Amino acid sequence: MIRRFLGRLANPQVGALVGVLLINWLLFPNFFRVTWQDGRLFGSLIDVLNRGAPVAILAVGMVGVIATKGVDLSVGAVMAVAGAVAATLVVAGYPAPVAVVVALAVGFACGLWNGFLVAVLDIQPIVATLVLMVAGRGIAQLITEGFIVTFTDPVLIFIGTGSFLGLPMAAVIALVLMVLVTLLVRRTAIGLFIEAVGINRRAASLAGIRSRMLLMLVYALSGLCAAVAGIIVAGDIRGADANNAGLWLELDAILAVVIGGTSLLGGRFSVPLAVVGALIIQAMNTGILVSGFPPEFNLIVKAGMIFIILMIQSPFAVRLLPPGLLRRAASRGTEK
Amino acid sequence: MNRSLRPLLATAVIFVLAYGLSVMQFPGLFSTRVLGNLLTDNAFLGIAAVGMTFVILSGGIDLSVGAVIGFTGVLVAVLVSWAGFHPLVAFAIAIAVAAAFGAVMGLAIHYLQVPAFIVTLAGMFLARGGASVITQDSVPIRHEFYDLISDLMIRLPGGGRLSFIGLTMIAVFIVGAIIAHRTRFGSYVYALGGNAVSASLMGVPVARTTVAIYMLSSVLASLSGIVFSLYTSAGYPLAAVGVELDAISAVVIGGTLLTGGYGFVLGTFIGVMLLGLVQTYIIFDGTLSSWWTKIVIGVLLFLFIVLQRLIFAASAPGEKAAKKA
Repeated sequence: MIRRFLGRLANPQVGALVGVLLINWLLFPNFFRVTWQDGRLFGSLIDVLNRGAPVAILAVGMVGVIATKGVDLSVGAVMAVAGAVAATLVVAGYPAPVAVVVALAVGFACGLWNGFLVAVLDIQPIVATLVLMVAGRGIAQLITEGFIVTFTDPVLIFIGTGSFLGLPMAAVIALVLMVLVTLLVRRTAIGLFIEAVGINRRAASLAGIRSRMLLMLVYALSGLCAAVAGIIVAGDIRGADANNAGLWLELDAILAVVIGGTSLLGGRFSVPLAVVGALIIQAMNTGILVSGFPPEFNLIVKAGMIFIILMIQSPFAVRLLPPGLLRRAASRGTEK
Repeated sequence: MNRSLRPLLATAVIFVLAYGLSVMQFPGLFSTRVLGNLLTDNAFLGIAAVGMTFVILSGGIDLSVGAVIGFTGVLVAVLVSWAGFHPLVAFAIAIAVAAAFGAVMGLAIHYLQVPAFIVTLAGMFLARGGASVITQDSVPIRHEFYDLISDLMIRLPGGGRLSFIGLTMIAVFIVGAIIAHRTRFGSYVYALGGNAVSASLMGVPVARTTVAIYMLSSVLASLSGIVFSLYTSAGYPLAAVGVELDAISAVVIGGTLLTGGYGFVLGTFIGVMLLGLVQTYIIFDGTLSSWWTKIVIGVLLFLFIVLQRLIFAASAPGEKAAKKA
């Protein structure tokens, strides 16, 4: 059991995460120092977990979508909508649990809308989710009436900044979601269905998979995850900022999923590795910040990273390298 | 009437209807002044949208457009204000850089066989990051050449002005339309978007065409960045964030099919004007907040996508039956 677990840890993504953390440690010797203060842990490593949590949560939802050969560009806008709903409701005097449930329901509904466009109207996922990406921020501003709605509700603030067993609440939520979704897709046949639809939707439908229903659910899950991330971000800044909440996070989430080895051409995915991907991105962000480089380098490093991953995954690289060296990449090449 | 022109006609009818309704409410909208400003204010978007039309016609997508606009603005501003180059030299350098940038993206898309959207996403990060590394502040451009250009305009009867940058956009649209509909390269683009495999079997040079398409898109984005710098007289690394989305919206609203292979450059022009009209209407109204722009654009996008589906589902019943299975 333990050996199997360790065997799973030995993969390029975890290796890359360890590598990035070690580079951070070389640049900033106190990187691994974690202290206990006021009943919670403090340190750069904890900061990586805390800051990386929203992208990790988005990535958990995005994995399923990308595995069906789709993409969800609207998650950033859905985050803004969910944050706006939660903040407006608590300010209007509703209890926090109601606000959270309604915000989650709104996120779920946004996801269902995307799923409806993709599965029923047969619209390309990039375009279908573009509609909500463009309109979503407008809707969020409509809800907040153009203001940044600030709140003092202790429950929402706890979700964003609190701690559980010393760990930041955001990281705990991300971990729980990751485990739940992993169990859902790997302990039932759903994961297999998702892969089947991603490889060939028509064949999957002919084999008896209700692909339309499955696609709707996958997009709804992505919307739900976006709502969770939106509530966390709103709780973190104690307010809902319709313009900036989750801005460009959809791109980070897609990047995290791709780093996690999920194929953009559908059919192969891993939820935990997508979370590792999100942590790699955040570890790099934090590393660039603590080592004193201007944060603008982040974007260039990310661009470089995408290119390296694309090179490794491409059929072109497989032809150049000796067989067997990149078995995973090769299997993707023949799948096409 | 040729049925393939129907989506174009639908867009044109909607634009005329929307404009007519707006004029009924605000008669002031019907003036050469407003129309001239509509062209000037949307010039940079229109130029970028022409490039996006080619990319989408070929079945791809280019998310790097806004970032290339920002990068070009910063590069031109730095070359002119700090290094003392003549603006024309700076323009040439910026366009050459953009051409190389687009070529690399095209090469990556073709030879690495990855979806265009992830490659251009990397391009977007790279261009935006590159611009921010050069400078993080807005760099003003002061040069007599810039003053000369902003004074160049055609005065219209009724107080309107047809500015140089508005005319540039119209010229780009005309050249774009000729390239798309009257040249060999144009038919290669349509062929690629229709079906890449058949296109390559028919002898379309797929690699060369793909590289040329993304080069064209980046060069036009760079030209758009130059126009944007003429418009604002400054270069700012965070300028034109999200313009790629507006450009994609304009192309889709203009009736170009997102799966590629079908569309018109003229449709994109109407799409850009429709987006501009929405903004102008909201400014004229004064009580509506700017966030309505986003919602209206989203609704328009949705309507046109559904419209396209309906039209193409009706014209190709066999294909629809195959897809349904």
